[in-house]
Amino acid sequence: MSQQFEINQYRINDEPYYQEQANEVSLYEAAYAARLPVMLKGPTGCGKSRFVEHMAWRLGKPLITVACNEDMTASDLVGRYLLDANGTRWLDGPLTLAARHGAICYLDEIVEARQDTTVVIHPLTDHRRTLPLDKKGELVAAHSDFQLVISYNPGYQSLMKDLKQSTKQRFAAMEFDYPSAVLESAIVCKETGIDAGTASRLVKIGEVARNLKGHGLDEGISTRLLVYAATLINGGIAPRDACRMALVRPITDDKDIRDTLDHAIDAVFV
Amino acid sequence: MTTMQDTRRRLVCNFSRVQSVFDDCLAHAQMKLSDAGVDAYVDGAQVICKMGRGEEPVLVFLEEMPLVAAQVGEEIIAEVVEFTRKLARTPNSKAIPPFLQSLAAAARHLESHQLFREYLQLVWQTMERTSPKVHGIDSMYTSECLPDFLKSAPFLLGQLSLGGLKNWVDYGIKGYPNDPERQRDYFLLQSADSRAVLQRERHGTLLTDHERQLDLYLRGLWSNEAVFLPYSLAFDQLRKPAPYLDDNGIHLPDVYDDFPPSPTCGKISGINRYRALLAHVSAHRRWTSPIMADNFSPFQRISIEVFEDSRVEWLAMQEYPGLREQWQALHPMPQEVEHEEGVSYIRHRLAMLSRALLDPGHGYTHPSILKYVTQFNALMAAGNTDTKAMIDLGIHFISESRLRSDSSAKVYFDDTEIDYRDDNRLMWRFFEDGDEEVYEARPRKAQPEEQGDEAKMPPRLYPEWDYLAQHYNPDWVSLYEHLHPGGDAAYIDQLLAKHSALAKKLKKIIDMLKPQQKVRVRYQEEGSELDLDVAIRSLIDFKSGAQPDSRINMSHKNDGRSIAVSLLLDLSASLGDVPEGCTQSKLELSQEAVSLLAWAVEQMGDPFAIGGFHSDTRHEVRYLHFKGYKEQWGDEVKARLAAMDAGFSTRMGAALRHAGHYLGHQQADKKLLLVLTDGEPADIDSQDPRHLIEDAKIAVRELDQQGIYTYCINLDPKADAYVADIFGKHYAVIDNIQRLPERLPQLFMALTK
Repeated sequence: MSQQFEINQYRINDEPYYQEQANEVSLYEAAYAARLPVMLKGPTGCGKSRFVEHMAWRLGKPLITVACNEDMTASDLVGRYLLDANGTRWLDGPLTLAARHGAICYLDEIVEARQDTTVVIHPLTDHRRTLPLDKKGELVAAHSDFQLVISYNPGYQSLMKDLKQSTKQRFAAMEFDYPSAVLESAIVCKETGIDAGTASRLVKIGEVARNLKGHGLDEGISTRLLVYAATLINGGIAPRDACRMALVRPITDDKDIRDTLDHAIDAVFV
Repeated sequence: MTTMQDTRRRLVCNFSRVQSVFDDCLAHAQMKLSDAGVDAYVDGAQVICKMGRGEEPVLVFLEEMPLVAAQVGEEIIAEVVEFTRKLARTPNSKAIPPFLQSLAAAARHLESHQLFREYLQLVWQTMERTSPKVHGIDSMYTSECLPDFLKSAPFLLGQLSLGGLKNWVDYGIKGYPNDPERQRDYFLLQSADSRAVLQRERHGTLLTDHERQLDLYLRGLWSNEAVFLPYSLAFDQLRKPAPYLDDNGIHLPDVYDDFPPSPTCGKISGINRYRALLAHVSAHRRWTSPIMADNFSPFQRISIEVFEDSRVEWLAMQEYPGLREQWQALHPMPQEVEHEEGVSYIRHRLAMLSRALLDPGHGYTHPSILKYVTQFNALMAAGNTDTKAMIDLGIHFISESRLRSDSSAKVYFDDTEIDYRDDNRLMWRFFEDGDEEVYEARPRKAQPEEQGDEAKMPPRLYPEWDYLAQHYNPDWVSLYEHLHPGGDAAYIDQLLAKHSALAKKLKKIIDMLKPQQKVRVRYQEEGSELDLDVAIRSLIDFKSGAQPDSRINMSHKNDGRSIAVSLLLDLSASLGDVPEGCTQSKLELSQEAVSLLAWAVEQMGDPFAIGGFHSDTRHEVRYLHFKGYKEQWGDEVKARLAAMDAGFSTRMGAALRHAGHYLGHQQADKKLLLVLTDGEPADIDSQDPRHLIEDAKIAVRELDQQGIYTYCINLDPKADAYVADIFGKHYAVIDNIQRLPERLPQLFMALTK
């Protein structure tokens, strides 16, 4: 019973706003119907995590999110023994929890985890749909609602940060990108309630930064940052200052790029 | 009030030309100066007249001095007279007229009394330092350069601050101490060096310093790119070149000063002027389609151009409304003026039209202008305009507003130059002879093949540090890159086979140094995993009532190695020597050592490049690539090493900078530049032995700032005298050269352990 309670806290009750760009919702639904593992690719802040939340809500399934990082080990995903007064006690990791209780397990930024860590998801992502807990000597068979979703950002230009072929080839993949200007300003409007004119100007600055990607910028300005800027403007900050604070300063330390973006802000907001 | 007659009596001078202009000059002076000033002025003229250097100095003095005194204060008159008197006592009296002539410009640009005095001092120092000396004593020889300098001074003062002018003079004096002819060229602004130094000292925003920013601007805001081709505004006085766009790229001024503040806007910085220009050009590139020019008269064409310029700007401002403010600030604001007879106001009218199209608050009352601005705005608001739509507007405007005086030769130019706009040459297409027929071009004779692609590469220019003057000589050294020609790779294999015993020894060390990807760290309070052995021991302790060890976790850490290495070989002639007590030349020993090192580094897996250099004066430093960072240690590289040869001199600074340039672009945590040399930096065009040593020292310091660790391996037993000056403590002198093949890889490993 306590386990039932535990999983309910992962349910999403209110609809997370998501603006569909193409037919990704129906594609995802089809993948879920077949319980295929899904990989979401796309630059940071373009709406991957929001999409997963939205789909979990839509399908009525709990969602367990794991933010991956370099120090994460296999036992952080699967579970580990803890020591208490009576000896050792097993604690399920997020992946095991999701597999036991039929949740969608979302591994965010999977490439940040080390490659030997990511191998533990392999048995869950093929026909076996099982998770062996070797330390505990248990074989967990995945719940019929369980699905694994991973996301990663192929923009990292690093040899070290890539998925193994054997991992990649277990997923159906969906590619995300920043929405078109019209959609993006609609998103900014909807998220923050800002007027359409300001939203489209913010999107214009976003485009400028995205043009500079690869010329000193690793990533353009994300939709998320545009939303931040709009939020600041709503809070009574002057648009130019809000843009500098939310759009420019976070993404670059390069003076030339900063000056160019600052100039773009001055050119767009009069 | 002193009357004109009184002062007249006091100028006793027999030159008739002086007498003929004196009245006018005096009247002019009385307008500008106080009574005391006029007295000083006339007294001064008297003194100069009596110096006996002819009438010219007097005439110049009479003409220039009132302006100078009005600008920087009247007490300056006495100082100038005193200075002239001193100058007349030196052998340089023929410099007096140009000196006096330069004063008006100096006063205009320097404005303050203090700076003006410094200018006088500068002139005096220039004279002293450019006069030839015999045995260190001022001689009776004339300074050839002083009149030249004084002739250039008015122009230079317009371009440079006084500090910049001092540096420029300093450079000229130190640069050509034994070469008066070239020194004269320098001071007459005729040599390339002189212009280069002028550019360096200029005030304003230099294009070269901001190219990346402008590149980013084009890319970011306009999603296009272009080559920037700077032209200089400094040397064309008659016809100022205008920016333009052609197939080669965007031609634009090499420097922009800040634009003075206008009533509507604060001052526009140089970089924003560049941006305004690029925005205009980019708008043309995006929205202008070329039209045939031949059916239009010149007036019609410029009128159509005004409408087209305004159209693309209007479209650009829809996207970036902030451009309006900047363009308005840069756009001249011609006032409506009374028309004089016989003067063409066509430019003025079109500039007014252009202003009115750009600036809604123009306030003009000219009926045609108002009418066409309304028409233009209606057309633009309707959307979907193109270049052709502007033809009608242009033609009708010019015919409607036409005046009879329009074709007069005398044109009213004030406030009509819009300098951020290009000359629209790409907007027009001309129908030219031969356009209708296409001739079969005769097959061209095949060009003689050059030695290879790399032979055609332009030189890369590097500055060199001048320790006497404490500044960089800009673009001083020309460095040519080549791929080293190949030889017989088997030779290197033989060398390696000869050292197989040494290789085995090295292999052991390498295996120890090789990075182990994961290292387990035990006994951690907090870690990624439970360390079962320790945990159970702890649990037993706990159960048995003893204090348990709480450090029961373990974690892993990466033990990676990220070092990029560049080896720079000095290939100068001395490398061919056979040192005393050796059977092999330094060259052969170096080949052995480098082969072993390359083999060892390959085993370690670090990115490793090998380059060599030698020089033949500053105009030709050759940098030869043996191995690139990503290249495998294979037969091609071995073949190049086998063909290694010695010759020419050692100009180390430029080679260090160049190797650092490549190393700086490597992605690695640690960057190591190894320099293998057998002597001090020297070249045949450098007489001062310290010069190249100091330059190399500065180059090493520059590399240090880029995070590159420089280490020198020196084969010269007497190297201690200079090598520490250049490399600080980062060097090793190898006395026993025969042990070089063994020592070099060992040194490398010790450095990177």
